[in-house]
Amino acid sequence: MNFDFSDDQKFLRDEARKFLEAQCTSADVRAVLDDDAMSHNDEVWQKIVEMGWLGAAIPEEFGGLGLGMLELCVIAEELGRVLAPVPFGSSAYFFAEAIKLAGTEEQKAEFLPKVADGNIVGCLATTEGPGALTASSVQTVAKDGTLSGTKVPVTDGDIATHAAVLAKEGSGAGIYIVALDQDGVSRKALKTIEPTRSHAEIKFDGASATRLGDETGNGMTVLDQVMNRGAVLLAFEQLGGASRCLEMATEYAKERHAFGRPIGGNQAIKHKLADIYVKNEVARSNAYYGAWALSTDAAELPEAAAAARVAASEAFWFASKENIQTHGGMGFTWEVDCHLYYRRAKLLAVQAGSPAVWKEKLVSALEAKNAA
Amino acid sequence: MDFTDTQEEAAFRAEANAFLSQHLQPKKGAASRSGNYLQRAKDWQKIKAENRFAQITWPKEIGGRGGSPMQQVIWNQEESKFDAPTGPFAIGLGMCVPTVIAFGSDEHKQRYVQKALFGEEIWCQLFSEPAAGSDVAGLKTKAVQDGDDWVINGQKVWTSGAHYSDYGILLVRTDPDVPKHKGLTMFIVDMKQEGVDVRPIHQASGGSEFNEVYFTDVRIPDSDRLGEPGMGWKVALVTLMNERLAVGGSPGPDWAEIMDYARSSGSMSDAAFRAKLADWYVAAQGYKLTKFRTQTALSKGETPGPENSIGKVITANHLQDICNSAIEMQDHYGIISDKDHAPADAIFQESFLWAPGLRIAGGTDEILKNIIAERVLGLPQDVRVDKDKPFSAF
Repeated sequence: MNFDFSDDQKFLRDEARKFLEAQCTSADVRAVLDDDAMSHNDEVWQKIVEMGWLGAAIPEEFGGLGLGMLELCVIAEELGRVLAPVPFGSSAYFFAEAIKLAGTEEQKAEFLPKVADGNIVGCLATTEGPGALTASSVQTVAKDGTLSGTKVPVTDGDIATHAAVLAKEGSGAGIYIVALDQDGVSRKALKTIEPTRSHAEIKFDGASATRLGDETGNGMTVLDQVMNRGAVLLAFEQLGGASRCLEMATEYAKERHAFGRPIGGNQAIKHKLADIYVKNEVARSNAYYGAWALSTDAAELPEAAAAARVAASEAFWFASKENIQTHGGMGFTWEVDCHLYYRRAKLLAVQAGSPAVWKEKLVSALEAKNAA
Repeated sequence: MDFTDTQEEAAFRAEANAFLSQHLQPKKGAASRSGNYLQRAKDWQKIKAENRFAQITWPKEIGGRGGSPMQQVIWNQEESKFDAPTGPFAIGLGMCVPTVIAFGSDEHKQRYVQKALFGEEIWCQLFSEPAAGSDVAGLKTKAVQDGDDWVINGQKVWTSGAHYSDYGILLVRTDPDVPKHKGLTMFIVDMKQEGVDVRPIHQASGGSEFNEVYFTDVRIPDSDRLGEPGMGWKVALVTLMNERLAVGGSPGPDWAEIMDYARSSGSMSDAAFRAKLADWYVAAQGYKLTKFRTQTALSKGETPGPENSIGKVITANHLQDICNSAIEMQDHYGIISDKDHAPADAIFQESFLWAPGLRIAGGTDEILKNIIAERVLGLPQDVRVDKDKPFSAF
């Protein structure tokens, strides 16, 4: 039994934490929050690019570090802790994983080295309106190597150079790679509940596009697999954020005095923080299982990913709202960081499908397993 | 990251499994309590002890195996796959006898340890009282020294297995004029002697696994004292620490059982139920996997962190919730607890009635959350107005 990260992976985590605590401070996050024209913190982004983390899980033959998915999980948790205001996930979890999973050898050779060295920033464009996307609801159309339709919101859509776009093709769906700097693409930044991560509306009007992989009509299947992989990585980001919320709340409960003693001496606060701890541990254990399934391409990945995502979404949401509550009035001020976590918690919970969608995926996976 | 055993672990698991297969039937559903359960339990304990599979981590000199905590975990996992009658020994060997080993004299160890290990004598733990549950140190049963003996008067409660126990460890107040934690003393008590009156408690579930125990002028020789007079709380903490290792799994149906039932009854199409099922799975899986993390720490020779403290908070609540849902799913029919009528052999109805107890036994949800808050998160202790004041002042 070895249900833990290795010493090397823990070393990477410690180094990543030290680096991010110094290079991605609350002030760096707030620089993006306070400036409507700023889509992300490019200074932080360039430093992360230099660290080579984007290529952590990209094979060496394609210009990556060739470490593995567990290493990427470790990095994700640390990025989540500091609320890194950069397009890391869009490029490394979703765009790169889609290409690794379904791309042709030529596509891998073309895109992965540039993702790894930061010359390409990728994003995933699926959503077209409120509610979960289904095979029959996709309106964007791919025809004769061109794409038409509107995707909104696209996470990092105004930063990215390339998008992986889900589109109807014939009777099925496909994923298409689109360069975003061409005439057939127009983009508009969106106002969202989480301004430290950029979102855009992207309109495709006959934009030239290349199908990902050479099999037609398998878009929903590929998307499902990409989502399972991204869900585990996002779960680690969520876990990092949730852990930080518990630390913030605990520190504050020890310092803040009311009625002559620290507020953390009162059971109402103690039990609230104990509840956060329990949810965080449930999330951590499920995330580890997801990491294992991801790193070994285990058959259990669908249920492991879904459980990791459901647990992490619940944990981060709960920790972020009760962190504000523990801080009282201070927690509701702009100056205290609580609201940054609250915003990010909700973004991450719905970004790759809401908890309700993943609960349904989880139960379907359990049913399928039980029927077999 | 992987879930496979090391070579040594695999070898021990195979050895344990071979031994278990030779002596027991694989478990189907809940463990069987049929036949003469107590005698079956004693017989099984003897076989385990003879083959050094009882108390894996105890040193060989006192009949253990001298094995690692990891081997104990593997043994527990394997034994739980079989219909093993272990109930009557869990408290004695898990909590009481380790306390005797830690604080008893050489005579005590020679007299008691082997007999307990080989299943000849059963032990119970006498701490809780009607007015001292979560606040155990508030107990009132008193012991007064009289020559070489102590004379005990008072009442204990929630004593599991007292009705078939031979000996107990008994925590009593020997000095009411000092603060409550400082006036306690621990004794070994012969449960069959005169003045010890064991009365079963009729529980809300209908069962009666617990007892009240009354002590009327019971005499205990000073030589059966564990630790110095007034040091009882320190002794009790050792017992309670072992309790936390012993208490763990959740008896009763889990997500898989209610899913089975929902499939057979057509409730799987209910969206609200599906969402709840996902929540139960995630929590149960979270707890199971957390135990794997603990096991990993043990496997590396490390001391596990506080992760496991989340267990009972999750499992006890969910058991109650799952049973509640299963009954509501059956609508009016759900009230029937007759095995001949109720689905799944009435296991949901039975556990529904038992679940409130699980949320209290071994520490209430509230006490466990306090423990997490104080010992894991380092938050200040609750206000204790009786602290540093003589017990008799209250």
